[in-house]
Amino acid sequence: MKKRYIIVALYIVFLMLPIYWLLNMSFKTTNEILGGFSAFPREFTLDSYRTIFTDPSWYNAYLNSISYVLINTVISIVVALPAAYAFSRYRFLGDKHLFFWLLTNRMAPPAVFVLPFVNLYYAVELFDTPWAVALAHTLFNVPLAVWILEGFMSGVPKELDETAYVDGYSFPHFFVRIFLPTISAGIGVAAFFCFMFSWVEMLLAKNLTAVAAKPIVAAMTKTASTSGYELGLLAAAGVLTLIPGAVVIYFVRNYIAKGFALGRV
Amino acid sequence: MNKTINNRAWFLVLPVFILVAFNALIPLMTVVNYSIQETFGNNVFLWSGTTWFQQILHDTNFHDSLKRQIIFTGLVLLIQVPLGLVIALCMPRKGPWVSVCLVLMALPLLVPWNVVGSMWNIMALPDIGLLGKAINALGVPYNYTRQPMAAWFTTVLMDVWHWTSLVALLCYAGLVSIPDAYYQAAKIDGARPWAVFRYIQLPKLKHVLTIAILLRFMDSFMIYTEVIVLTGGGPGSTTKFLSIDLVQKALGGFDLGPAAAFSIIYFLIILFLSWLFYTLMMRTETK
Repeated sequence: MKKRYIIVALYIVFLMLPIYWLLNMSFKTTNEILGGFSAFPREFTLDSYRTIFTDPSWYNAYLNSISYVLINTVISIVVALPAAYAFSRYRFLGDKHLFFWLLTNRMAPPAVFVLPFVNLYYAVELFDTPWAVALAHTLFNVPLAVWILEGFMSGVPKELDETAYVDGYSFPHFFVRIFLPTISAGIGVAAFFCFMFSWVEMLLAKNLTAVAAKPIVAAMTKTASTSGYELGLLAAAGVLTLIPGAVVIYFVRNYIAKGFALGRV
Repeated sequence: MNKTINNRAWFLVLPVFILVAFNALIPLMTVVNYSIQETFGNNVFLWSGTTWFQQILHDTNFHDSLKRQIIFTGLVLLIQVPLGLVIALCMPRKGPWVSVCLVLMALPLLVPWNVVGSMWNIMALPDIGLLGKAINALGVPYNYTRQPMAAWFTTVLMDVWHWTSLVALLCYAGLVSIPDAYYQAAKIDGARPWAVFRYIQLPKLKHVLTIAILLRFMDSFMIYTEVIVLTGGGPGSTTKFLSIDLVQKALGGFDLGPAAAFSIIYFLIILFLSWLFYTLMMRTETK
């Protein structure tokens, strides 16, 4: 055990403390939480979880969130793939400006776009559907996906493309059969990032939905405000939002380091 | 890689172009429309020129939230970048613990932002939260709903918790890409750890560090959800950052004109600073 690992261990403890506290509270009754300080639940209860799994307004909110996140991830990756290929292989009129313009959308504060988005998605009659949120989230996910995929694609030597054409492959055939499997790690990482940023975003998701497509992040703010402080329920709902993230990280754990450098190391 | 010139590549970019144009250009035009016109509803618009822009630029509220935003972003960068770098340097490079470290460190990044806010909101409560109780037990009076300093401390600590891992993971990715031969050469030359860091690791990390700073700058400059859940911008308006101010204006007050002018100024500031970072980054990439 080297001395420097202590710093890492301390940091991880610091990261885990709030998560432990959330977990701890989710097993308490709201009365016990408000009653005073205790480091672990004295009356262990699963009531909060039971409420979430039996109340349709709660579990539907989870399903809504998962559906727009998945739609968003699929759309983002599908449109970003050909674009990233173009940026990594060709020079074309206005390519650099286009690339920077795409990135500016990653820089746009969601707060700027909330109001116009509500108008826009009302106008095209998508308001309060998962599609509205999924499309709105492509604003920042598509540029990111293009950026990551371009990084990974630039790591594939061009000789691969040329050999395939010599062998008589058409472009679509080559792209789907040969190129995509070669960069599958990159696609996984890009999908991870799209999933992540769509899953954690609240401002747009909350304002683009009303009742039918209400996401979990909006359902949680309602618990906090209307029915007083339902802390136990809020904590349990919070714990359940950690699970999809944890599952997704587990799947990409081997590529995570490279992925965070956006395929550029 | 030498790229071939081919304008037909535009066909490959077209889907992205259409999607992003729909999502970015139409809303942006709406904002521009509102920012130069006066409206009383019913789709009646009157030309108002630069009135709203002047109003916002002379608005002391805007100055204050901009000042707070700059201090916050500065603090966050000053803490997270060195801390993330140190943690990346301390992490194991091989063995079964690598995956464990990576997964645990990535976890805060996947917590929905409002959950991050509630988590810290509850944990920092002075009477029943772990953090609040601990600080008060040390003899320091701490109540983040009343004391501005405590509110700032909690907000910054929350952001450090939330995002330092991003910097650490980026730096780690840069570090593992350094070939072993570099370290062996340094060993033969008898280089001290500091020299290894200064002349081998740091130059190799320049690129990932730029990405890290760029991402952290943009995201901390747009922070909204975490703070609104944690402090609601309070006590008073001591933690009211730009996005919070903007959403209050746009959705709360329906001051569409000033809010739109605000949006444009806000966006331009981010755009300009990000463009600076971006050009610096591209310069290092071409070298």
